[in-house]
Amino acid sequence: MGAVVGTLTMQTKQRRPSRDKADDDLEMTMVCHRPEGLDQLEAQTNFSKRELQVLYRGFKNECPSGIVNEETFKQIYSQFFPHGDASTYAHYLFNAFDAGHTGSIKFEDFVTALSILLRGSVTEKLQWTFNLYDINRDGYINKEEMTDIVRAIYDMMGKYTYPVLKTDAPKQHVDAFFQKMDKNRDGVVTLDEFILSCQEDENIMRSLQLFENVI
Amino acid sequence: MAAGVATWLPFARAAAVGWLPLAKKTMPKPPVDNTSRSDEILYVNVSGVRFQTWKNTLDRYPDTLLGSSEKEFFYNEDTQEYFFDRDPEMFRHILNFYRTGKLHYPRHECIQAFDEELAFYGIVPEIIGDCCMEEYRDRKKENQERLAEDTEANEASDAPLPPHSTSRERLWRAFENPHTSTMALVFYYVTGFFIAVSVIANVVETVPCRPPKGSVKDLPCGEKYQLAFFCMDTACVLIFTFEYLMRLFAAPSRCKFMRSVMSVIDVVAIMPYYIGLVMPENEDVSGAFVTLRVFRVFRIFKFSRHSQGLRILGYTLKSCASELGFLLFSLTMAIIIFATVMFYAEKGTKGSTFTSIPASFWYTIVTMTTLGLVKLDSVLQKHWSQVYHQNFIRLKVRLARIRMAKKGTTNAFLQYKEDRDRDSDSTALCVKNRSAFEHQHHHLLHCLEKTTNHEFTDEMNYSELCMTESVGFRTSRSTSLSSQQGAQNNSTGCCPRRARRRAAMRLANSTVSVSRGSVQELDTLHIKTTSIPPQTRSSLNAQADDLKLNCGEQDFTAAIISIPTPPANTPDESLPPSPAPIPGILRNTRATAYTHDTVKISSL
Repeated sequence: MGAVVGTLTMQTKQRRPSRDKADDDLEMTMVCHRPEGLDQLEAQTNFSKRELQVLYRGFKNECPSGIVNEETFKQIYSQFFPHGDASTYAHYLFNAFDAGHTGSIKFEDFVTALSILLRGSVTEKLQWTFNLYDINRDGYINKEEMTDIVRAIYDMMGKYTYPVLKTDAPKQHVDAFFQKMDKNRDGVVTLDEFILSCQEDENIMRSLQLFENVI
Repeated sequence: MAAGVATWLPFARAAAVGWLPLAKKTMPKPPVDNTSRSDEILYVNVSGVRFQTWKNTLDRYPDTLLGSSEKEFFYNEDTQEYFFDRDPEMFRHILNFYRTGKLHYPRHECIQAFDEELAFYGIVPEIIGDCCMEEYRDRKKENQERLAEDTEANEASDAPLPPHSTSRERLWRAFENPHTSTMALVFYYVTGFFIAVSVIANVVETVPCRPPKGSVKDLPCGEKYQLAFFCMDTACVLIFTFEYLMRLFAAPSRCKFMRSVMSVIDVVAIMPYYIGLVMPENEDVSGAFVTLRVFRVFRIFKFSRHSQGLRILGYTLKSCASELGFLLFSLTMAIIIFATVMFYAEKGTKGSTFTSIPASFWYTIVTMTTLGLVKLDSVLQKHWSQVYHQNFIRLKVRLARIRMAKKGTTNAFLQYKEDRDRDSDSTALCVKNRSAFEHQHHHLLHCLEKTTNHEFTDEMNYSELCMTESVGFRTSRSTSLSSQQGAQNNSTGCCPRRARRRAAMRLANSTVSVSRGSVQELDTLHIKTTSIPPQTRSSLNAQADDLKLNCGEQDFTAAIISIPTPPANTPDESLPPSPAPIPGILRNTRATAYTHDTVKISSL
């Protein structure tokens, strides 16, 4: 008798998930994005046709539907930083990549951002970085935004660090940053202040050239 | 590394530009990438079937034959293609692994042929995708059982004896394989006969016989013809004892023989008789003795030496022991539940036979077995084993793989940092066996370290650091003995393992330059501890051999662990390949850090 009840419940359970899964699959196949033509992309970015081809093949292999949503993006980025929690930083990155604020990254967004980061001029790179830090896109970086970003970066380090991570380490970092960047001491950093301060710093200028040959 | 991870690495590195304005220190130099950027199509000819693929596709897994320079050995200059004289059908699956990152097991293929192909191409079977892993493992287990039976049959074959065998070996062979000589055959049949006689005697002596003259009550035959039965019993026991002693004498390994099932059955079969002889004619004790006679029925199991079918039944029971165990457990649960229900239902009624719950056990057992609920249970069994496999085993395997991959690449970065600290300019030594991907990934992590001005470390070192900092003692990078002794004294009294490691650390630091030999020793240490594969069921034990494929590589951990990461393609798994470094002083502790790699899973 108990077994009969058991089998009944098992059957009902089997029926329900399949229906949900079917809905999900349908949704997935409907949302399939194809990028613009190769020529257009070549014109818009600083990549050659070959490089775009290699990039797209890799992208398509990973995301056959042609778009990356935030969850997948977070998972991808977290793969590189297993010891910490990269999801917060990945969230900010996602917003920076998703220029059109559509909630998903298409191949064009992906390639545009990569073009700036790898092949862009110093000013473009710094502009992109400013955009990343400016979470609410109001043109100013204030201390709260910067603290969020820095905390997200420290989260990626994880718990086991040397020296031991103190709780006020992000705050100290942010204070140092504002000390350097905020020229007129008004509590926010504007784009011009940011670019100017970075250009004055030798280290930053040098390191901006680091990732030139990533692709 | 996994296809997915490799594709996204350029993006992750590009995103690192976002850290640059925040960096507290200068960024390290990126690794030199000598490979040509342009992608080309390679032609692979497998026994006449031509496959074409991008070079990048094959480069995704640099620890396999096709991904490494090993494929150059198969390059045919005249036809400008790679020629492999292997099965093209199987190669399709292998190539699909490179393309999609998932290795599938084709159900129609022989498991051994598939394993051989994997071994040839340098692919570890552990990375078979979850969709096919269960099928693969089941087939592998079947195959191994069949092999075990075959080897047993071979051992008992009629092959002629080696020329110079002692009489002991000949005797053992005669016992194991009666067909070799007539004497052995005679002995075989005689023992068989006596087993049968003994069992029949046991049965017959309880049958009621006609009572002797002058008595009305029916007596069991055993008591009427007591002397006759006693003589028969003695004869049988004598034969069995003689046989057991001869086997014991002839056995090549006596301890192993004594532990074997058959020998235990032999002993149990003859012990009651001897105990009966030794026991005094005491009223109280003889009651227990009578119970002991029950064990005489075990003589029937001696027939399994004479029948292979019985032995195979034994193996079958052994192999599904866990499922049987669960069956019994579920039955017991059901019995208890129903017995309790029956007891309380009938409690008030007068004249109820269910006087207690154990009393209602009998009713429940009889009812359940009569109604054939065992049959229903077998239906449940089938579903249960499916569900069990899907949920628990697979989950455990997946988790184990993730954990192992994490720790493995942790240690990879660990060693990378170690090598880097040791000789910062001569990178040739460490560059050798690491893929470009790993170099770039390590560079990325290094950039993160420089941004935050903190370094990655592992759990053990971290807890040490916490401890030393809380005591107020600062561990510095200097190799001054006094500071290490201080550390030793301050934190002694903790678990002895830590104290031992600290002693090792002191030892390592007293030598200013770590000699090549000691590093090699550490390497072999970590090879040893990491060469234990994740073990789910015993069937995976055999696959330990596959992991030794990539020997000769210094970075063994990275070699074997980098392959299991492909399952990262599935969205519900995040297989982070990143490692974690340690500071330069805690060098020797790296060896013990590797012991975390062995991840054991119990199936129940």
